[in-house]
Amino acid sequence: MLRFILTRVSLIIPTFIGITLLAFFLIRLVPGDPIETMAGERGIDAARHEQLRKEFGFDKPIFVQYGVYISRVLQGDLGKSLVTQAPVWSEFKALFPATMELAICAILFALVLGLPAGMIAAIRRNSIFDHGVMGISLAGYSMPIFWWGLILILVFSVQLDLTPVSGRIDVLYYIEPVTGFLLIDSLLSGEEGAFASAVEHLILPTIVLGTVPLAVIARMTRSAMLEVLGEDYIRTAKAKGLSRYRIIVLHALRNALIPVVTVIGLQVGVLFTGAILTETIFSWPGVGKWLIDAIFRRDYPVLQGGALLLGIVVMSVNLLVDLAYGLINPRIRHNR
Amino acid sequence: MTAETMEAPAVAVATATPPHPLREFWGYFSANKGAVAGLIVIILVVTVALLADVLAPHSPYVTDTSIALKPPFWQEGGSLAFPLGTDPIGRDILSRLIYGSRLSLLIGVVIVSISIVLGTVLGLVAGFTRGMTEIFIMRLMDIVLTLPSLLLAIVIVAVLGPGLVNSMLAVALVILPHYVRLARAAVITETSKDYVTAARVSGAGTLRLMFKEVLPNCTAPLIVQASLGISTAILDAAALGFLGLGAQPPAPEWGTMLADAREFVLRAWWVVTFPGLAILITVLAFNLLGDGLRDALDPKLKR
Repeated sequence: MLRFILTRVSLIIPTFIGITLLAFFLIRLVPGDPIETMAGERGIDAARHEQLRKEFGFDKPIFVQYGVYISRVLQGDLGKSLVTQAPVWSEFKALFPATMELAICAILFALVLGLPAGMIAAIRRNSIFDHGVMGISLAGYSMPIFWWGLILILVFSVQLDLTPVSGRIDVLYYIEPVTGFLLIDSLLSGEEGAFASAVEHLILPTIVLGTVPLAVIARMTRSAMLEVLGEDYIRTAKAKGLSRYRIIVLHALRNALIPVVTVIGLQVGVLFTGAILTETIFSWPGVGKWLIDAIFRRDYPVLQGGALLLGIVVMSVNLLVDLAYGLINPRIRHNR
Repeated sequence: MTAETMEAPAVAVATATPPHPLREFWGYFSANKGAVAGLIVIILVVTVALLADVLAPHSPYVTDTSIALKPPFWQEGGSLAFPLGTDPIGRDILSRLIYGSRLSLLIGVVIVSISIVLGTVLGLVAGFTRGMTEIFIMRLMDIVLTLPSLLLAIVIVAVLGPGLVNSMLAVALVILPHYVRLARAAVITETSKDYVTAARVSGAGTLRLMFKEVLPNCTAPLIVQASLGISTAILDAAALGFLGLGAQPPAPEWGTMLADAREFVLRAWWVVTFPGLAILITVLAFNLLGDGLRDALDPKLKR
């Protein structure tokens, strides 16, 4: 097992170097002089230009620049935002819990609905329920979520007046960040109604962000379940006279979950992609919206650092899923 | 494809001659109602795109603030002159959607063409050369796959500058790894087969082996991925348009139309509803078609 973990961990090193290279060259690929680009339309005088060139190290050879960049990144120094002058890392740290909270809720939403839906669809193959689940999940899979969010706002916020349109919590409440997760912090604060307000604000973004993973999980669970239900050991279990519940939950589901776990892992990337769109629609103060804002403000250090950090997060989650996969499926860890 | 269809169990057992591959393909494909529905929708969208000049009742660009935000015809205040209503600056939504179908199809086809050509070549090279070149190409593709697709596309567009062409390049680059992996995997399974050895023994060069012998036999998975890829491409390009990074106004691109209309969501439901529906239906159709093609072309999945 240790050997398996070590191989997997060492495999991400080239990927890490690749991501840093990408982030490093990103800012150097911007057409024109990077300092003038950063200065924007205001322009910049020659002396300040020279000073900035030295500060950013643009006067040194490119591989030296990369070396300096890498050593800074490893020390947690990702530069400063051109707009707020705050370190990129501290901005990311402050905003990431909001994205994380949304992503966790979304994946839970997808799992809670997707797993049973896929299971039942497989057990009752070709029933109306099965066709319904497959049809809906195909639509969910094809959903432009930025539109889906607007439609949900239109129905639930505008027509029915049930949920708020944007933000994480009502402006009435000021919650001291403890964990950064508002659901927990609002409970800790003990303020009346704060938790309910946080939940209300979470509902629509969770549905929007969870739609694509939900569709994928339902489809995957169904097909994995169908495959497992056709196996010999299920027939044996039936022949032994085991109860339906035991067969499905203990024998079939456990084996069907293996491919589903991988799919959940792959959804992490989808979640962060979706978070960018979801946060933009609902003005959710997370890293996705932060990155998009950075683009329009031409805040290149934020874009560079933020993309790098998100890349590292996705990479780490993929690694964890890989390890979990080895844990639940011994065939994998013994084969390699 | 031919090699694979030979191995597949024959549909009609008793006939003396095996059915024509195309006929067999259609037999499998048409059994899937969803796929046929997808194909019909796609044919419709293509027709609309081709006949946009004839079908659109108004120009997609001419603005007229005196008729701004007219509701669709079935609502009070709407008229049949503007069947789906007008947008905040008085352009006919139906006409913009009709012209938008041109853009969306163009976007999908161009993106997938770029990545399929580039991806197949890279995949063939990786599969044939093995060694360092292969490791380099595949590692690079793994890195691209690690990053969330839209994030990478956003970063690329942020660097190149917003716009239709740049957003298409960005999305093409982001979906490239799928084609490279597919082509490489297909090459590796194909090269161990006898017909490749036979061709090699008769003196065929590597380039000939790549393009004349192996490539035609890996087209099936590539066609399936292309159909599914068009739906991803249309969706991602629309998302970029929605974020203001893709096609720029006043282009009638569906995602861009949504971005323009976003602030009017509280006042006029129709300005956001229809462009999104158009995206959803088109993407759904390509996904249905892709699923159907996969079932019909991939003998491993034939049951």
